[in-house]
Amino acid sequence: MKNLAQLKPGQHATVKHVTEDSSALYQRLLEMGLYEGAEVRVVRFAPLGDPMEILVHGYNLSLRKAEAARVQVEVGR
Amino acid sequence: MNVAALLETAFAGEAPAAGASAGETRAAPNQAAVYTVAVIGNPNTGKSTLFNALTGLRQRVGNYAGVTVERKTGRAQLDRDTWAELVDLPGTYSLAARSPDEMIVVDVLLGQQAGSQRVDAILAIVDASNPERNFYLLSQLCELGLPVVVALNMTDVAERKGVRIDTARLSAALGTPVVAVTAHKGTGLERLRAALLQALQQKCPPGSPRPDFPAALLAEAAALQVELLSHAGLLGRRVSLPEAFRVLVDQGGHAERRVGSALGSGFLQGLEARRRNASRIPLPAEEVRARYAWAKRMLAGALTRPEQPWRNPADSLDKVLTHRFFGTLIFAAFMLLIFQSIFCWARPVMDLISSLFDALAAGVGGLLADGALKSLLCRGVIGGIGGILVFLPQICILFFFIALLEDCGYMARAAFLMDRLMACVGLSGKSFIPMLSGFACAVPAVMATRTIANRRDRLATMLITPLMSCSARLPVYAIMIGAFIPETTYAGGWLSLRGVTLFALYSLGVLVAVPVAWLLKKTLLRGETPPFLFELPSYKLPDWKGVAWRVYDRGKAFVLRAGTIILAVSIVVWALSYFPHPPEVAARHAAARAELERDAALPEAQRAEKLAALKQAEAGEYLRQSCFGRMGRAVEPVFKPLGWDWRISMAVLASFPAREVIVATLGTVFNLGEAPGHGAEDQYKALRNVTWTGANRLLFTVPVALSIMVFFALCSQCAATLAVIKRETNSWRWPLFSFSYMTVLAYLGALATYMAAVWLGA
Repeated sequence: MKNLAQLKPGQHATVKHVTEDSSALYQRLLEMGLYEGAEVRVVRFAPLGDPMEILVHGYNLSLRKAEAARVQVEVGR
Repeated sequence: MNVAALLETAFAGEAPAAGASAGETRAAPNQAAVYTVAVIGNPNTGKSTLFNALTGLRQRVGNYAGVTVERKTGRAQLDRDTWAELVDLPGTYSLAARSPDEMIVVDVLLGQQAGSQRVDAILAIVDASNPERNFYLLSQLCELGLPVVVALNMTDVAERKGVRIDTARLSAALGTPVVAVTAHKGTGLERLRAALLQALQQKCPPGSPRPDFPAALLAEAAALQVELLSHAGLLGRRVSLPEAFRVLVDQGGHAERRVGSALGSGFLQGLEARRRNASRIPLPAEEVRARYAWAKRMLAGALTRPEQPWRNPADSLDKVLTHRFFGTLIFAAFMLLIFQSIFCWARPVMDLISSLFDALAAGVGGLLADGALKSLLCRGVIGGIGGILVFLPQICILFFFIALLEDCGYMARAAFLMDRLMACVGLSGKSFIPMLSGFACAVPAVMATRTIANRRDRLATMLITPLMSCSARLPVYAIMIGAFIPETTYAGGWLSLRGVTLFALYSLGVLVAVPVAWLLKKTLLRGETPPFLFELPSYKLPDWKGVAWRVYDRGKAFVLRAGTIILAVSIVVWALSYFPHPPEVAARHAAARAELERDAALPEAQRAEKLAALKQAEAGEYLRQSCFGRMGRAVEPVFKPLGWDWRISMAVLASFPAREVIVATLGTVFNLGEAPGHGAEDQYKALRNVTWTGANRLLFTVPVALSIMVFFALCSQCAATLAVIKRETNSWRWPLFSFSYMTVLAYLGALATYMAAVWLGA
């Protein structure tokens, strides 16, 4: 299984799991819609390689690669 | 314990702190009723536009007690004798608060914010083009036991996207009124007012369907509320079920911290046990799953999406605007354009304002006899106000650009572009927006750092933001550049040396902020990097009315600030420079003047010149003998290495409370206002001709002008900023630190600049 940060622009994926802990990041990732079963598409990476832009629930979300690495995904729709 | 019964009462809309229903207590007959309505929504949902559309000019801005989240309220008329006091809450994605300012939203909604009215209803703004994520917050709002009215905003954008929402079906599903509006066009507002009125006048709020939380989670939340209620004495208030829910679910969140700090570790251990009982999976995951499922259920049947996902043609702009090379280039070009334009476009209006104030001073001066009162009015008061107002055009242009970029969605891209860079110094792209606002004014920028959840990041941003060249520095740059930087142009007149100098000064603050932030994050503010998730809103055409409003709002704030602090300082500075005003100086110069006028052999032109010189000498004499002059001479040795004489030193010292005062002070110190003719160019000429006291050597050389500008670029000369930092951090430590490090930096920077410029022979 891959994590979100490893995808390429244009790739579709389904969220499988988000690594849990008591951090604000974990809760925020979920709240922004990256919960199990959510469909995402990588749009692009920022000019300096980080952060990345993804499409989820019909809106564009910016997140850092280190953060995206906590989201395990299955590639494909 | 009978959990079912408890849930029944608890989730059936138990209003916190009980109290009679609003309709009974406030709607007395023959008297206007005023209800309190909280306006809340995700960021980028057009909340402010809707708030402005509903309230118009009837707005008030203040701060919440204890913290400094801006408290914006405004009145909206619902019908002939019913008004709603709308409370504009900060945009948020969730009620899971991680910081004191995020907690404000929860506290206001639950009616436990000191100094705020209990909320009678919630106006929830939902972005119609992106309803799923917006419904996450909505589901939390629907549980608070208050009437909710949903405003589906940006329906025009949604329609273009092919997203259609059946409001009647959605309303039936939610059990709350749903009104489609387009805030920036003002459509749907009448229906929204009517829906609000109806919701407020109903005695009991309609219940919305609840998300499917596991029974164990609900039971633990209810039991936790009972436990917290038993500690009402220790906590000083009765904790409501929605708050208990947040304490339970938000591990490490603000609700938990606040209750935990009052109740101690025994309570926290019990809380951990409750969390384990509530669910096998982490509670945030449980909550999110239930709420998104709820959103799907509510929207099923009401929401139609196009079969082919619609693409906003404006969004393909991002291919260029966030491009590795072109995106960065365009970003830099944008910034350069802004600085060039505030310098050029504002000029005619500025000249007009300055000549108006000169005329006013001359007019008032003509009515009064020479003396302290005339001097106070003309120089202290009129000169002080005029010297500030003259820069209003530049400030308005700058805020126009900031509001414009924010409104059309480019600001979020700036954060996206800049995040990696900011991450190098341990900050996030979010810090970039307060820092960029710092270019306009550090006071709102320091306040804007509240959007940064991480305390260390917030402090670091707060400490480096005042290094950004704010609008108050612009007057100093303007007068120094205007007077001393030659009008050389390059590239066929498109690029001027003056513009480049200005750009360099703005860049200086940023370049210095980078190592400062890095150092802070390595030493005083060490810690892990905070999360950085934010929406990149669709590009849209700016709402010009909204932009105009922001320009007006900020311009007004600047003038009011100028009108109080600046004027007070201007008068104090005038007094320091006027008194003691020894009469023998007047007598001596009167004698010399009489002698000149008697000398018949003297040609008329020469006589006028000599008389003018005499007048300057007299003013200089007064100044040397004033309190101001004495203080200036005392500190002269400190500033001499920067190329400054005692008059510049004094003017700089006098501008520590508010840097923009330097302009008025220079005017007073060097009698610029009394130079022949009026307008900026004459002031510059007068400034260029100033010589060292008792020597025929020009005081202001290019190195001196540069060292003054660098000093002002880096120095912390703003009492208001320091006061805001004090209030934000609730300690004098940080403003003191901010003041000290910036002053040292400014001195060293100015020294290096002066020495380098002299060495280069500039």
